[in-house]
Order: sequence, then structure tokens, then C-alpha cells
Amino acid sequence: MMDAPDIAPDAEDLGAVVAEQAARLFERRVDRDTLAAADRGEWQAELWAAVEEAGLPLALLDEDAGGVGLPPVAAFGLIRLAARHAAPVPLGETMVAAALWGAPLEGPATLAPGTAPDGHGRLARLAFGRDAAQALVHAGGSRAALIPLAGRRLVHDRSLANEPRDALELSGLPADAIREVPGLGPDGFAPHGALIRAAQMSGAMDRALEMAVAYANEREQFGRPIAKFQAIQQMLAEAAGHVAAASAIVDMAAEAWGTEDFDFAAGLAKSRTGEAAGRVSAIVHQVHAAMGFTQEHGLHFLTRRLWSWREEFGAESWWEERIGRRICAAGGEALWPAIVDVTAAGARA
Amino acid sequence: MQTFRFAGARLPAEAEAARADVRAFLAKDREIGGWEPHRTTWTSFDAAFSARAGAAGFIATGFPEAYGGKGAPMLVRFAIAEEMLAAGAPCGAHWVAERQSGPQILRHGSARAKAEILPRIAAGDCFFGIGMSEPGSGSDLAAVRTRAVRDGDGWRINGAKIWTSNAHRAHYLIALVRTGDAGASRHAGLTQFVIDLSAPGVTTRPIHDLAGNHEFNEVFFDDFFVPDDMRVGGEGDGWSMVTAELAFERAGPDRYLSDIRLLVSLIDEIGAEPDRMEAAEIGRMTAHLAALRRMSASVSSMLDEGASPVTQAALVKDVGTGFERMVPETARRIRRTEPGPDAPGDYAQSLAETVLRAPSFTLRGGTQEILRGMIARGLGLR
Repeated sequence: MMDAPDIAPDAEDLGAVVAEQAARLFERRVDRDTLAAADRGEWQAELWAAVEEAGLPLALLDEDAGGVGLPPVAAFGLIRLAARHAAPVPLGETMVAAALWGAPLEGPATLAPGTAPDGHGRLARLAFGRDAAQALVHAGGSRAALIPLAGRRLVHDRSLANEPRDALELSGLPADAIREVPGLGPDGFAPHGALIRAAQMSGAMDRALEMAVAYANEREQFGRPIAKFQAIQQMLAEAAGHVAAASAIVDMAAEAWGTEDFDFAAGLAKSRTGEAAGRVSAIVHQVHAAMGFTQEHGLHFLTRRLWSWREEFGAESWWEERIGRRICAAGGEALWPAIVDVTAAGARA
Repeated sequence: MQTFRFAGARLPAEAEAARADVRAFLAKDREIGGWEPHRTTWTSFDAAFSARAGAAGFIATGFPEAYGGKGAPMLVRFAIAEEMLAAGAPCGAHWVAERQSGPQILRHGSARAKAEILPRIAAGDCFFGIGMSEPGSGSDLAAVRTRAVRDGDGWRINGAKIWTSNAHRAHYLIALVRTGDAGASRHAGLTQFVIDLSAPGVTTRPIHDLAGNHEFNEVFFDDFFVPDDMRVGGEGDGWSMVTAELAFERAGPDRYLSDIRLLVSLIDEIGAEPDRMEAAEIGRMTAHLAALRRMSASVSSMLDEGASPVTQAALVKDVGTGFERMVPETARRIRRTEPGPDAPGDYAQSLAETVLRAPSFTLRGGTQEILRGMIARGLGLR
């Protein structure tokens, strides 16, 4: 370490600096060729090396534990940023796994959906499972295990975006691989994964909306840019409303990171963002028309991810049912106080 | 990097203190006033309620102390307003005066207007209507034709306004009228005046809404005299003032909480053990509500800091009023209770009230289509 500065850098300023670096990194490193190669199942080792070198996977981990310790909104902001470029690497998974495990991790990591009680059972849909160095697995209760994946046989599968989603068979774990993780509950990493995917959807929708606006301003029909037609304006304004709501609720849930409201907040974010993803992808495709439906055009790198991400770590209706049961059990008069509390959870933290 | 940011709103401690106070006040007042939350909304006119809320210090907390307020930040008002809406309090009498007319007079009014009117607004016994729309000028507000002409130390106004809520029981309007040529921009030559509805030369005609409620009116000006010190802002400044005013009006909690009491009542109607469909729809609406609360608080926070988030405000109203329209339709899908104004039970009555009011949600304060036009402008499409 260098000499400690006299004054600790303001965490928000640091977040802005890291975000700027990350934006440049993804701008430079993720292009059509990267995405097409990833689509063929090729691991983007150089991209991952750059992401690691920039320290992005350490963003959410406390400084004391060897991380960067960004405010959670800024850390999830980096996940959003990566998704704007459809970056085909498990940045969110690795960042969150490190923060939960409480230590920097070697190489890319993945976060297993589901539970393997005491390290037994089959875990499916591990994002980038075949490429990841290790997987964080929910071992039941508030216990998690960090499992090296090198040499393990994974059953390959893929998402709608052709990202690896592989299955892992576990038959027991050494006791020293298991650790108590504060805040981890019976749902395992569902809330954490939900917020990763919500942040990704927020970023991908933002970029897809930008592309649709740019396209509407360029594309001429009937002698003028289609942006001049009210029908197009109204559709894109509706999409902007969904993008705005998604962005707001992702920040809300990120602020609740580490608080007792986190699971609830993450579920709300996944629900609202997943619904938005359906509408926004429909609208941006409608605006791009047949061209956007081709392999040649880049829009599908974003929209196929939106369609896969909205399913993962609990689709909208899965979360909505849980949220609804909780709200109904508490009764009508408890609705508003619950909304006030969860939307300001970060302010109380 | 992001199209629209809704930065986190940190409500100051005094806003949270005011929230606790107003919750306690409303719980008691509900018994005293005998109002029924499932039947009342922020448009329910109840002068006695407003007087009690004013006496308790819950109206116009942002006014300086000299004018009956507490000089509190805007977010204190935000917390009080959202609590009143969530409780279903009948705040309709003082709502417009507190939300927009009072703040306009405070910023742009004469010394006399401020001294005479603001303390009464804060006390909850002075009510306002909005004099913007005209029979020939609804969404196209710049087409205003009601005209004011100089006459000695004041102005003579002739013309008509329409859709003026509560003109028959409010004390004043702020009217947007033409004092000069529209110019190439169409936005020039408009000026705002405080209209004393008890003065001669102004008459109102009731317009009943589709449910039979008398809230709207048409207001006629016949050589109506208004003294120059009841002008609000400079001659010709009307358009820019109205535009700014609408930004404040658009992002508030009244743009997504109009039918919160139906949702409350629906949850109680379902009970503690919802089936899968009921649970999922309640969960979905809860997620919408959380996003909207966050967006609305964020815009209020930005306004408090002196920013002018015009597009974000339009987004809150577009998304918020869309949600308000969704609530009764969703309720109908999951419960088979027929709405009825006289049906037994809070839920059936609340559903009846809401279904009959719902069309206004996406019309008042700028239609959804006008808002989307503004959002499209913000996106760079126009």
C-alpha cells in the first residue's frame, strides 16, 4: 500500500472516478466481435482480465476486507454499466460473491441459484459456470460454501442470450469450505442474484432506449425521420417511464444492501424491472422494425439478455407472489408504512 | 450515461418528525371528523378538515413564519402530503392553495397579496381554484383567449375558464389571461392574476361529472376588475410561471396515490391468506408503488435543491397516473365483488368511487399524451 492519504477520499467521488474508468473500459473492450464470439460460447478472457485489473469485482467488498468499499448504489451502478454494453462476463456475480464471502476471490466467480443442503444436490443454471474459477453455493440456513470449479464436470446449458448456464452436481463438501454468511436466509442468493439481474436489466434497457431514440431520429419514412411521428414519440415515452422506474427501484434496493429490508427491496426491484424489460424490449424492437430483428443488427445482444435476465433468480411472478403474501399477511393499513420504510431503507442504514 | 437519473432522496430528520406528528393527528382526526378513508381522496372538499389541519400546523409548512408557515424545507411538506393521501384524508379544500397557488404568490405576488392571503392559506381557511383551461383551450394552453385590459390602477377581464375545480366554494383563482400578443412563440402576452371570487363581475356555472359530483365549474368574467396588486409576476411572464408551476404539480404524491385507499381496502378484502393470483397481483402493485414513491421523493428532493427536473416530473406523472388507472382494473381481475356506491362493505364502495373517478386521473394537470410529448422532447425526439 501507498502512504495513507491524510483525508479519506469521499466515497461518492471515488464511485464517480471508478464509474468513469469502467465506462471507458467497456467502451473500448466490448464491441460487436466480442459479443459475437461470446455468443459462440467463447470465454472473453482478455475482457475479464481488464475488468479484474480495474478492480471492479472488489467494488462491493469492504475496505477492511481488501475491497474498494464503494457505496452499494455505486457498486451496483458498475453492474448496470457493464450491462449497457452487454459485457459477457460475470462481474455482478463475482462482485457480490466476494462481498458475501468477505474476501477477494481468485478469478471469475459465479453465484449458484438454489440450495445444496450441506453440500449435496444438483445446482442448475450457474452463469458462466464453465468459465468461472469458483462458485458460491448456498448450503442451507445462513451457510454458504465456496467451491473451486477447476476439474469439476459441469453439464453445459445456455441462456436465450447464449451465455453459459451450467449445472453442477455436489456430493458433500469439506467442512472448512462452509462459512456463515450474515444476512443469508432460506432463499439463498435469490435476493442478491435478483438485484444483480435487476441492475443489469436497468443498464441494458437504458442502452436499448438510447439506440431506439437514435434510430428513430435517423430512419426516414414518408419523407421525415420517424421520430417526428407522434405514434413513435408516445411509444418511446412509455418506454422511458419503464426505464426510469427500473433505474429508481434498482437504486432503492442497492441502498438497502446489508439492511434487514434487503430481501424485500431486491424482490420489488426484480418484479418492477422484469416487467419493464418486457415492455421496453417490445417497444425498442417495434421502433427498430425488421432491421432490429436481424442477427446483423446489435439490438439483440441487449434484448436477448433482457429476456433471459428477467427469468433468473425469480421471475416477476415468483417475487410478486412472495411480496403479495407478506403484504396481505400484514393487512391493508401496513402497506403504506412498508413502502415508506423500504424506499428509504438506505437513508436509515 | 443514464437517460434519466432519480437520485436517492434523503428526507431530513424534520420531515420524518413531521411524518410521525401528522400520522398521530390523522388517526385522531378521523374520529373527530368522521371522514371515511375509503370514500375520500385529495379532491374531497372538507373545509372543516382543512381548518383543523391548518390549526395543527400541517398546511404550508414551507411558508416563512411571517406568513403563518414554519420556513420548513419542501421535503417536510412532501412527507405531510403523502401521509395525508395515504390516510385518505379529505384534503381537497386546501390542496390547490397549498400545492401551487400559495407558492406562486409567495414567489411572485405583491406585498398586499402575500400579507392578506398567505396566512389564511396556512390556517387552512383560504381555498383556491386553477384558472388555466378555457372552453377553447385545454391541452393547448397557449390558446388562452380570456383577456385583461388596463383600466386605471388595475385591469378589466372578460372571458371564461372551465374545469375549475371548486370555483363555487373557493375564495380565489389564479387565472392565466392574455394581456398582449401571443408572438411567434405563442407563449408571449400571458399574465397571471389572483381573482377574488366574491367580487362583482365573476359568476360560476356548475358542471357535474359523470358520477354526478359537482366539483368542476365554468367561470365567467364580465368586465371583472382586478387591482394591479393582484397581478402575480410580471406582465407577460404568465407562460414561464405556469410551466414552472406545472413541474411542481406533476411529480407530487397526488400523482400516484389517488386510489391508494382502494388498494388498502382490496388487501383487507383478500385477507391474510391470498391465493396465488391475488398474492401476485398485490405484489406487482406494491413494486409499482415502491418505484413511484422513490421517483416522486427524488424529484421533490431535486426541486428542493433548486434544480428543474422537467422531464423527470413528467415521467412521474405519466407512470404514476398510469398506475392509478391500473389499480381498479387489477382489483376487478382478482376479486369478483361488484362495485356499488351503496353496496355493503368498504371495498365495493371504494371500487365504485375509483372506477367512476379513474378517467380524470390521466386527464387532470396535463393529459398522458401531452406528458408523453414532453418526455419525447426530453429524449430528443422533437
